[in-house]
Amino acid sequence: MPEIVPNPWRLQAQAQQVRSDTVIGILALQGSFWEHEAMLLRLGVGVREVRLPEHLDGLAGLIIPGGESTTMGKLAVEFGLMEPLRAFGREKAMWGTCAGAIFLSKDARRDQPLLGLMNITVERNAFGRQVASFEADIPVPALKVVAPDDERPFHAIFIRAPLIETVEPPAEVLARLPDGRIVAAQQGRLLATSFHPELTDDDRFHRYFLHLAQRAPAAA
Amino acid sequence: MSEVITGSFKVKVGLAQMLKGGVIMDVVTPEQAKIAEDAGAVAVMALERVPADIRAQGGVARMSDPELILKIMDAVSIPVMAKVRIGHFVEAQILEAIGVDYIDESEVLTPADEEHHIDKHPFKVPFVCGARNLGEALRRIAEGAAMIRTKGEAGTGDVVEAVRHARAVMGAIRRLQTMPDEELYAYAKEIRAPLDLVREVKRLGRLPVVNFAAGGIATPADAALMMQLGMDGIFVGSGIFKSENPAKRAAAIVKAVTHYNDPAILAEVSKGLGEPMRGQQVMDLAAEERLAERGW
Repeated sequence: MPEIVPNPWRLQAQAQQVRSDTVIGILALQGSFWEHEAMLLRLGVGVREVRLPEHLDGLAGLIIPGGESTTMGKLAVEFGLMEPLRAFGREKAMWGTCAGAIFLSKDARRDQPLLGLMNITVERNAFGRQVASFEADIPVPALKVVAPDDERPFHAIFIRAPLIETVEPPAEVLARLPDGRIVAAQQGRLLATSFHPELTDDDRFHRYFLHLAQRAPAAA
Repeated sequence: MSEVITGSFKVKVGLAQMLKGGVIMDVVTPEQAKIAEDAGAVAVMALERVPADIRAQGGVARMSDPELILKIMDAVSIPVMAKVRIGHFVEAQILEAIGVDYIDESEVLTPADEEHHIDKHPFKVPFVCGARNLGEALRRIAEGAAMIRTKGEAGTGDVVEAVRHARAVMGAIRRLQTMPDEELYAYAKEIRAPLDLVREVKRLGRLPVVNFAAGGIATPADAALMMQLGMDGIFVGSGIFKSENPAKRAAAIVKAVTHYNDPAILAEVSKGLGEPMRGQQVMDLAAEERLAERGW
């Protein structure tokens, strides 16, 4: 069904040229999915919006964007996405930002649908309400894999952000705030960040995710 | 490197970006807020009376009692918004002090200032404002609004004004993109908008903030219509809790916004919702009954 008026946040993304065979899905139930699309298209990667289980076919990886985790969880249940998403995450790369990180966790200390794919627990709205939302520079040593000469910290944007409370093997900590609290974790080809790289111009996290999506599963 | 910045324009717009593709619902009790959250709302607007009742009862409409807003904030985990009168910066200071997540400087309440809107930049809490056209949207953004919505005609259940305002804003943006740079000076003056923001809109091909539809949306089809017109998300005011089956209608509108481009799913979610709010045709309203005219 062609759109009458394409949403303008996506229009920008569509102007980019796709140079790669890799197609990354973006869970488009609600939230910042157009921002992720724009970032991936800028990197020359194909993108597909995922709203129904059949949209997952043939994807190399899936991003679960920021948004409201309760809304996403409800819609994922209603449209039969929970089991297909779990099956996808057991084989392919998956990255959740903010609400997406909550969705990937095994426990958010609240009764809401979760994929439970990563061995992490999160606390929703851990920093407080919107007036406490913040920006901060954090070191993310893992990004050296895709940007060996880039010494900059990552400028992280936290919007009513969750905190990653516990990280247990095989999951590992990827980044912390200066006070030591955990804000990013990785488990094989699964990635969780409590902040929003899609709201910045820094594409290192997206390149890091592509690196995970494109490497052989055996190496995970 | 450990500098932490709060209240920046980036994080204000950022929250609105997270609400995109979602539905924000008017609620007047903690119980309604819970129903809205369970239906999949991305946020609720806490108020004492929905616009349809404000319209019916008349009188001066003001900021809601902070106690009611706090009870609603306690009842749900999603963001809570609340309304202040146009230009009433002290009502805004009060809402910021109790920690609401977004303030709607709204024409639905009785304006407190007939010339000036609130200077929204000094606040840490973000603001959403109504707009009928591109010039009005950019004046609000210049004052610090981090989110724009169509005004529509609140409390009517008639979508016609929201469509008019969405088409006015989106149409102006499309024309702007083909406008030569030397014409931008006169255009900015014509629409009474700051030149730098006009240039920014031409470059981006959209507003520099998120743009929702509001005012008269009552059905899943209305919501999908506004999404297909290029809006980023939906406010539903009286349309849910003035209908026969609020929980079912709320969930259906949420699904319609996600699948706004899939007529088969839209048909499915539109079935058996019971009576929508009765509503009132905007064309039957006298000029002085139209809330959208408020704001400058």
